Amino acid sequence: MSAPQAATATPVSGCPGEGNLISCINLTKGFGSTAALDGASLDLAAGEIVAVMGPSGSGKSTLLHCAAGILVPDAGEVIFDGEQIGRMSDRRRSELRRTEFGFVFQFGRLVPELSCAENVSLPLRLSGVGRVEAARKADEWLQRLEVQEVGRSLPGEVSGGQGQRVAVARALVTRPRVVFADEPTGALDSLSGERVMQLLTAAARDTAAAVVLVTHEPRVAAYADREVVVRDGKTRAN
Amino acid sequence: MSVSKTFLALLEGGASHGYDLKHEYDARFGTDRPVAYGQVYATLARLLKSGLVTVDAVEAGEGPDRKRYAITEAGVADVERWLGSPEAPEPYLQNVLYTKVVLALLSGRPAIDVLDTQRAEHLRVMRELTSRKASGDLVDQLICDHALFHLEADLRWLELTAARLDQLAEQVTR
Repeated sequence: MSAPQAATATPVSGCPGEGNLISCINLTKGFGSTAALDGASLDLAAGEIVAVMGPSGSGKSTLLHCAAGILVPDAGEVIFDGEQIGRMSDRRRSELRRTEFGFVFQFGRLVPELSCAENVSLPLRLSGVGRVEAARKADEWLQRLEVQEVGRSLPGEVSGGQGQRVAVARALVTRPRVVFADEPTGALDSLSGERVMQLLTAAARDTAAAVVLVTHEPRVAAYADREVVVRDGKTRAN
Repeated sequence: MSVSKTFLALLEGGASHGYDLKHEYDARFGTDRPVAYGQVYATLARLLKSGLVTVDAVEAGEGPDRKRYAITEAGVADVERWLGSPEAPEPYLQNVLYTKVVLALLSGRPAIDVLDTQRAEHLRVMRELTSRKASGDLVDQLICDHALFHLEADLRWLELTAARLDQLAEQVTR
């Protein structure tokens, strides 16, 4: 899927993040008197899987939320494909999150009133895809994530591992260029978590999606191409 | 890994020549560290001397005679004792990384760099093992998982130490 043209964003050239799909440059972000980010930077190339590691409260989830345009940093820049996210309109940012980004959270965050298949087709429906086509693609992705049997079930009726696979299917169904995964296996046992990671990374590589993977678990981080460590709001790349 | 106990246990499945025993051992357990021929025959000689195996056939060939080894009743009892005994957990109370961290602190070098360098190396190996698991069979997956869980334990210690570096610096430089 090609990126819709920005209405108000400013293309950037010759900047430090040039050549990367996403560049977070020297971000700071505070919540009250707490500095969650204090000069954090992150580069992500197209198709690359990067693990963001660090202890609880280090700022790694805040970095993910800033990179995804969910939070606006107090200072610093986030550049996606040459556009400064901070200069985009709210509408453009929403569009970006709907069409170019996919999200997987620790507890799935599926809509409890919708069936698993409807949850997967929802991002497509919101982007204007017809009901039949959206349902067909949702089935295809549920099958790919090996959970086709739960398509008609409600999220509350499936196991944690199945729910996370549905969440991965929902994140990838729009063929996003970046998937943001925040502790995607944090609520799962080792075996379920491992299967989720295998399927998530395989699907991302098949569709050439880049992944920002926030985790405090080294075995999960080992699925990434490289890691960035966040400590006290600062990043250290190895 | 006790090669002699493992040989004995493999011989419970049937008598075998040293050559075949080595290959079965390597295929099942010696993925990264195959047993040397010299060790195979030295081990079998020790087992023979202690009555845990016996030579049940000798085949003449162009080279030296080929002996076929079989486990004895005493050998079976030895295997049973071994399988029923717990392995001593390794407490890892002395480790090089801790020593390096302390020495970095004592010499005024950034100890966090020692930890970060080690984390990067651990994760590099963990990536290799994770990738190997993806293409391996169940046996390979379990062997890699064992290594991955141990490396992860090291990294958990490393994170804990990173979070307590200031306290540690205060204590060791007091």
